[in-house]
Amino acid sequence: MGCHVDSIAEKLAEKQKEISIGEFFERNKHILGFDSLTKSLVTAVKEGVDNSLDACEEANILPEIVVELEEVDDREYRISVEDNGPGIVKRKISDVFAKLLYGSRFHDVRQSRGQQGIGVSAVVMYGQLSTGRTTVIRSKVKEKDYAVEMEITMDTKKNKADIISEEVVLWDEKEHGTRFETTIKGLLRSGDHSVFEYLKNTAIVNPHARIVFNCDGDTTVFKRATDQLPPPTLSVKPHIEGIELGTFVKMAKECDRRRKVSSFLVNGFSRISYRTAREICEAAGVDEKKKPEELSLAECKKLLKATKKVKIMAPKTDCLSPIRSMLIKKGLKNVLKGYRPEFYAPPTTREPCVYSGNPFQVEVGLVYGGDLPSDGAVKVLRFANRVPLLYKKSGCATTTAIKNIDWRIYGLDQRGGRGMPSGPAIILIHVASTRVPFTSEAKDAIADIPEVVDEIERGLRECARHMRTHLNKEKRRKKVSRKFMIVKDILPMIAEKSAVIVGKDPPSLDKVMTKIMGVVYVESSYQWNNGHCHVSIDVNNYTPRKRKLKVYLEKPYPDNVAMDTMPEPRTDGEYLEWHLETLKPSGLQQINFKFDNGLEKEDMDGLEIYIEGIKGTSLIGAEPLPDDWDVEMAEIEKE
Amino acid sequence: MEKRHNDAVKSLEDIAERFYDQLEKGEIPEMKISTRSKNNIVFNKKMGVWKYGRSKSSRSAKKLKGARMILRTLYMMDFIRDMIGDEKSSTLREMYYISEGWDKAKFGDQSESDRLAEDMEIVTDCLREDFKLRPEEDGARLIGDITIKERTRKGDIREINCRDDVGDSGYTIPYNVEEDKVNFGDLGVDFLIAIETGGMFDRLVENGFDETANALLVHLKGQPARSTRRMIKRLNEEEGLPVVVFLDGDPWSFRIFASVAYGAINSAHLSEFLATPTAEYVGITASDILNYDLPTDKLSKNDKKALEQELEDPRFNTRFWKDEIETMLEINKKAEQQALAKYGLDYVTDTYLPEKLGELGFF
Repeated sequence: MGCHVDSIAEKLAEKQKEISIGEFFERNKHILGFDSLTKSLVTAVKEGVDNSLDACEEANILPEIVVELEEVDDREYRISVEDNGPGIVKRKISDVFAKLLYGSRFHDVRQSRGQQGIGVSAVVMYGQLSTGRTTVIRSKVKEKDYAVEMEITMDTKKNKADIISEEVVLWDEKEHGTRFETTIKGLLRSGDHSVFEYLKNTAIVNPHARIVFNCDGDTTVFKRATDQLPPPTLSVKPHIEGIELGTFVKMAKECDRRRKVSSFLVNGFSRISYRTAREICEAAGVDEKKKPEELSLAECKKLLKATKKVKIMAPKTDCLSPIRSMLIKKGLKNVLKGYRPEFYAPPTTREPCVYSGNPFQVEVGLVYGGDLPSDGAVKVLRFANRVPLLYKKSGCATTTAIKNIDWRIYGLDQRGGRGMPSGPAIILIHVASTRVPFTSEAKDAIADIPEVVDEIERGLRECARHMRTHLNKEKRRKKVSRKFMIVKDILPMIAEKSAVIVGKDPPSLDKVMTKIMGVVYVESSYQWNNGHCHVSIDVNNYTPRKRKLKVYLEKPYPDNVAMDTMPEPRTDGEYLEWHLETLKPSGLQQINFKFDNGLEKEDMDGLEIYIEGIKGTSLIGAEPLPDDWDVEMAEIEKE
Repeated sequence: MEKRHNDAVKSLEDIAERFYDQLEKGEIPEMKISTRSKNNIVFNKKMGVWKYGRSKSSRSAKKLKGARMILRTLYMMDFIRDMIGDEKSSTLREMYYISEGWDKAKFGDQSESDRLAEDMEIVTDCLREDFKLRPEEDGARLIGDITIKERTRKGDIREINCRDDVGDSGYTIPYNVEEDKVNFGDLGVDFLIAIETGGMFDRLVENGFDETANALLVHLKGQPARSTRRMIKRLNEEEGLPVVVFLDGDPWSFRIFASVAYGAINSAHLSEFLATPTAEYVGITASDILNYDLPTDKLSKNDKKALEQELEDPRFNTRFWKDEIETMLEINKKAEQQALAKYGLDYVTDTYLPEKLGELGFF
């Protein structure tokens, strides 16, 4: 009997042999994002573009990327992605493109698009499996005046490239750069899961890139919205907060034998000084002089627990590269201007946070109204390290966070206050991290890590509050415009008609008009002329009483003074101040000036106008002067 | 210009003057008018009909909608004044088309201008006939042994016997049935039957029911026009003709009955002119559906909603109606008058009506 069992085990053992990574992925290509024909095309383009953007940024180059897609056979597409990156040296080309898990960033703790080194070689492999065709890579580095062109296939068993041909070619129009071209099985679709959508979204969060998309002869250019490159990211040590016990033990075992526990903590992790390290050891009751490799499991546990009691600075954030408010707004405007949205909430960049020792940072943008479709769910643009996520929306932390919020209080429709909100809005969510917690290697969705979901939710609420303020203002504006219609159009007609019927002269309407309106109405208009912004502010007293008003304006320009100001402002310090003559009911005073603050028309938001002498509920088109005006001014000064 | 029209113009001018004075004093123009909803109709014991109660709605120029209504009111007044001055009259529809040229005072559709014309009746205590406005719908028809003296366009009085001097379609009720236009002569009938559908009216005519039952047959044509209701009211009040109402058996017919007998919500200001409180409902009742085993349709969603609203309607707050409405909801069925044809074309005149009218003491 026992003998019989043995022989089965033996038999099984014969079958148990190592499978290569290539073979494994060949069987599990869904993990890499090749589970459907439509998705395969998106994934292939995505991997190529991610690589190009990363390469350009690392070399401090403004990216110029050309993506071409052409159907060469039934459901077979030739894909090429060309960049102006630094190029790849000849001996590394075949590894970069045909060796899985090969990459420059695998061991780094820093924010980058590609992380695992699976990306582009998986495309090469998938192309080869689905069409049997080879991949051609051309690359030129700055130091050489020729390019190398290589045709390769991939040996999935050995996880290395077979080089079919290799030659030196001239590539004069390019100083440096890389182009890769392969053919894969795929299906071109339009809509939310399309290559076009992916590139469009990429353009939104990479306003410094110029992306050209050539699809079966149709060319779309996503223009560069800024010449500002994102600041370079640096590698950092992991942060101890939330690091898993296993990882900690492993790090301790692999640590330099000469070190003590305290120096292990200082050198192995970011943001720990010797003082902090000693505090941790003390709190844990572990001897700081002990050799790390001699730490017992229980001691490791105690040390990790002790980190919670000791104040440790948040991880360094210079390893993260948030897009920042201004550029998110630029990117959104650049791509969405066709919809003429009525409102861009100021995008939020949250302070960096940590999950499991990995710093991450959340950014949220929100666009509302205009020609955005108002039926159906709100559109969500999801990004991780500036890469658009198109698939697996329902399983993504971004979706969880959105669904956690009762959007009705912010002005969007939402059935029962749960689930996806609906209305004419687009939400942008960007999660930047040295290690984005994806749900799978396909990098389709961000895992529901509580810290991450929380941060996204906070960012969303910030933007949502701005939207609510905007909608409330809009509601008041509409109410006032209805009142305008009454006093400007209808009331005069009522006066005239009643006068005709009773056979008298039409009565004066000033008093009734101010009774109906009951507000001070401030209307500002901007005109751009020869680089100057001409501002005119109309202050209308539509209240039944005389008003003595003061107008305040934060200076819309840094240094140079306003020109041709009529009337003269009272002060000309950090802000402009006018003391208006007493305005009778129905009276109007206009203020005119021009200035040049170097901003383009699109980049300038409306000026904030403050009025003193009327309560906020009776004021339209301006803000009441806040009580803490002086404090606020001081803060502006500091900045 | 006749006095009634003169008085109407005076009342309109008074209202315009009120607006003018408000403006001159620096007040926001405003007018108050009885709230025209089922929550604001109350039973007037003296008249025996349902009239508007005390609740008033305000139209103020403070709101865009109110301002527009005031402007429209003034334009309509001016139009009526001019029209009466020119000795012309117009239909409600004509006025609606004329209002297309009223700029910001124009109406969205005719129902809005019709309703405003009714509002003017309410605030001035005039009839729209006083404003020389008339509906375009012809009144319905009647057949039976009664002689009507009608003033023709030329001004002479024509005597018409509604059994002998008319064709099969009967005498057509004109839009104005007041004394200056219509008066009554010899009367050979014992009571009046108001009938909802043309089909049933024709059936009773063909079967000679007016003669066998000594009845005056009046076709209501669905929800009856004012002139039809006014005609019935005058025949009842001045000639002492008892009135019975024969309708389909569905929630909408209940409402038709209410407007004939109790007063309609939309014209509750005129109920004492239009409603006949002694009118009785013959059928089709919900119990008829069961007792006569009539072919039926299931109640639609809207039918049920209408029935439930009727349960809330003060006019239906009687034992009889509560039972009828609740039974109908319970059996979830409705039936048409003509469903009686199930038992043959003569069944309605030979059996059903004699039985039902017998119960009421008419047969």
